[in-house]
Amino acid sequence: MTVLGDVGSRNTDTPVQGVVIRFAGDSGDGMQLTGTNFTQATALYGHDLATFPDFPAEIRAPAGATFGVSAYQIYFGSDDVTTAGDELDVLVVMNPAALVTNLQDLVEGGLIIADSGAFTAKNLTKAGYEANPLEDESLDGYRVIDIDVTKQVLEAVKPFGLSKKNSIRCKNMWTLGLIMWLFDRDRTETINGLNRKFAAKPAMAEANIAAINAGHAYGETAELPAGVEVYKIPKADLPAGVYRNVNGTEALAWGLLAGGQLADLDILFASYPITPATALLHALSNHKEFDVMTFQAEDEIAAVCAAIGASFAGTLGVTSSSGPGISLKGEAISLCSAVELPLVVVNTQRGGPSTGLPTKTEQSDLNQALFGRHADASMPVIAAATPADCFDIAIEAVRLATKYMTPVIVLSDGYLANASEPWNLPDFHQYEPFPVNYHADAEGFTPAKRDPLTLARVWAKPGTAGLEHRIGGIERDSETGDICYEPANHQKMTDIRKAKIDGIAGDIPAQQVILGNPGGKLALVGWGSTFGPIHGAVRRASEQGRDVSHIHVRYMWPLPANLGELLASYERVLIPEMNTGQFVNLVRSQYLIDAKGLNKVSGRPFKISEIEQAIESELERCP
Amino acid sequence: MSVVTDRKLSVKDYASDQEVRWCPGCGDYAILKTIQKLLPELGVKKENQVFISGIGCSSRLPYYMDTFGFHTIHGRAPAVATGVRLANPDLDVWVITGDGDGLSIGGNHMIHALRRNVNMQIILFNNEIYGLTKGQASPTSKVGTISPSTPDGSVDMPISPCGLALGAGARFVGRSIDTEMKQLSAVISRGYLHDGSSFIEIYQNCPVYNDGNFDYLKDKKLAADAQVVVEHGKPLLFGKARDKGLRLNRDNFRLEVLNLGDDGVSEEDILIHDETNKGLGLLLCEMTAPDFPVAVGVIYCNPGSAYVQDVYKQRIDIRSNKSKGDINKLLQSGNTWTVK
Repeated sequence: MTVLGDVGSRNTDTPVQGVVIRFAGDSGDGMQLTGTNFTQATALYGHDLATFPDFPAEIRAPAGATFGVSAYQIYFGSDDVTTAGDELDVLVVMNPAALVTNLQDLVEGGLIIADSGAFTAKNLTKAGYEANPLEDESLDGYRVIDIDVTKQVLEAVKPFGLSKKNSIRCKNMWTLGLIMWLFDRDRTETINGLNRKFAAKPAMAEANIAAINAGHAYGETAELPAGVEVYKIPKADLPAGVYRNVNGTEALAWGLLAGGQLADLDILFASYPITPATALLHALSNHKEFDVMTFQAEDEIAAVCAAIGASFAGTLGVTSSSGPGISLKGEAISLCSAVELPLVVVNTQRGGPSTGLPTKTEQSDLNQALFGRHADASMPVIAAATPADCFDIAIEAVRLATKYMTPVIVLSDGYLANASEPWNLPDFHQYEPFPVNYHADAEGFTPAKRDPLTLARVWAKPGTAGLEHRIGGIERDSETGDICYEPANHQKMTDIRKAKIDGIAGDIPAQQVILGNPGGKLALVGWGSTFGPIHGAVRRASEQGRDVSHIHVRYMWPLPANLGELLASYERVLIPEMNTGQFVNLVRSQYLIDAKGLNKVSGRPFKISEIEQAIESELERCP
Repeated sequence: MSVVTDRKLSVKDYASDQEVRWCPGCGDYAILKTIQKLLPELGVKKENQVFISGIGCSSRLPYYMDTFGFHTIHGRAPAVATGVRLANPDLDVWVITGDGDGLSIGGNHMIHALRRNVNMQIILFNNEIYGLTKGQASPTSKVGTISPSTPDGSVDMPISPCGLALGAGARFVGRSIDTEMKQLSAVISRGYLHDGSSFIEIYQNCPVYNDGNFDYLKDKKLAADAQVVVEHGKPLLFGKARDKGLRLNRDNFRLEVLNLGDDGVSEEDILIHDETNKGLGLLLCEMTAPDFPVAVGVIYCNPGSAYVQDVYKQRIDIRSNKSKGDINKLLQSGNTWTVK
């Protein structure tokens, strides 16, 4: 992260390369909407960016409460941005609770923009302030712009005849207008969006647009503290292409649709609402023009079972949940492994165990994905690295599930699902299709037939005359598929199922080193959404001449065939994870190497600086 | 419903090559035979028949049918079947379940399949006991059932399968008895022809753990007095001489049993069965011995909007306004920008 010279305290002669802003307010203040609109304008401006929406589990917590603060953070600039930033340059707070819960992340001398109208005695008490921080000396170490936004907004939207409640709701757009002025953003797209959103309520559209324009005009005309003026940050040097902003949920949904087309298959997406996975159900429910059908089941078990039923019928079943819901699906996932039908299971991980931290991120379901079922029921597990990577991971899940007739677990997490980044859009026509071939020949057919190369069982769908057959959870004869309790047959079938999954290691890309050398002093090995902070930290350390490499694993099981050998070529291996050490244990047990863990389970992603420090301490331990 | 096949099939065409493994004397044999015999009569396409089951003795049935079959996990057959039916609306889906599978561990899926009215036949074998796990009390066991898990008698109230189905919003509820092949076949046949979920409860004898439980309904001497065979538009008469009938007491809104001839009671006093009347259906399915005859036949049939058609209708409606899904267009929808 670079420092915003004038806005932050660190005056430097170098031009500003990037800025971190956090919008924080009540969960009803519209901070997520403010953030996404600013993000859109920022992307259109030509900056690289990463975002971190962070909101409470409560939908509308009591106004002014510290536990109801919703925040949206964005890091943008001309750098190659890999995270939403370690520290804030600008903190926008809509009330005292937002200030007290976020101030610790603001750099010394950073800019605070506060709605002084919300700093009432009642709100100050709720936030635990004895005195108004905007009026005493407690914020002297920062620059503060305090504006009575409520008053400004009421004035700006007066002509539209809204109720007081609806008028005050335009506060977020007023604030957005001011921040857009500060960073030279274009308001056109936001205004177009407001016109679309409030097409049926023109007065609301006009009021919101008036608010954003008024906020912008305020920046231009009001006397702001010395040094606060429009900041022009150089555009990022991004590769040529057509870009859009995408979050992990959208990319995953579109990847499933894309995978279905590449496999020439219909999809049944069956799911049950659970935070933070539900948005995937919403996204796919809106795409009936594609060959996808969505089914909101009565519970998690019904969701996975309906998906398996769909796969039996010749459609690809997909189910989705978060950790607790995946637990409920476990028995059915093992059934699917036993009867060898394709299935994609998406786990958008959250803080746990149990209800845990439903809106916060964690990577603590890796063990569950690898081992969390009864019996020997091994299956591929793949994990997305970034929001945009969710697209390719979803396609890969469809490929593996249909080619090997197996359930595949896709790991995402709360951070990936909600965070967005600019995506250099791929051309879908460049993707290699992998059309499914249903079995059709009745001659000598048994449901136990399998491809000698992949060991995948045949897919014979109901409705095909002559292929009538039964499958089920009771062990199946390796030749006929009929019920079979023979000891030797169970040994053989268990071995075949294992060999089939192990064999997938030969059908996935070899593990690459994405930054640094193959072999050397230190390798940082990551998986999932820790990609951004690890990459940022390794890049900074490399720039300072450190011998450190970044390896990012997407195939969690089976592991890439060369991974063990690659890791053995480093003196030390450090594995940062948002859990207490699940992947590091897998690596240690698989390869008998002395890999070390760097673990964090605060519900928040790693900061780059945390990983940088760990790199330094590991290197110090190198002989 | 499937189209008639060109070749006439027989009961043998529906028997798989698997050796049937139920206990000798099990009521499941009779039910299996009835279904194998009925399907050729219905003239359906064999390759479109899919039997889905959960866990338990009844749930082994799909292995013995030479159709498509899926023996899944305990209680979840209605959920699996919903997926099958959504994926391919041309298939005929049959769910085979029992009192433990369908009403205990799988009660939730039963309720939701019925209230959605998913197009399938749910056939519940009710023997009022857990057979495969060796004789524990089930959710339909009568109070006082002595079993290994209730050595001093069960104390929990049994559930009424047909009552539950009606409460969940089922639009077809029928009941029959394992060995009454003709009557059973007629009820299943009606269930097959019904568009939506058809719930059919079959009283089934478990010769090992609950033998003779339904003898009072089957005994040639007692049966005519113990059961009333309900038929739409016909008076609710029963008894060997059809000299007993049911009347609705309009003062207390309860059914009562009358003897024709007593106090001038004639057939005109007897209630006519209206299978589209849910209130009557509830009264009929709650009747139990010894005060009342047990109702068998089509207790309720009132077709309504069926789930799978409605889902596909939405899809077709939306597709008539939107062009077919194009991934590149989808990726580039909304706000994009070009970096040169």
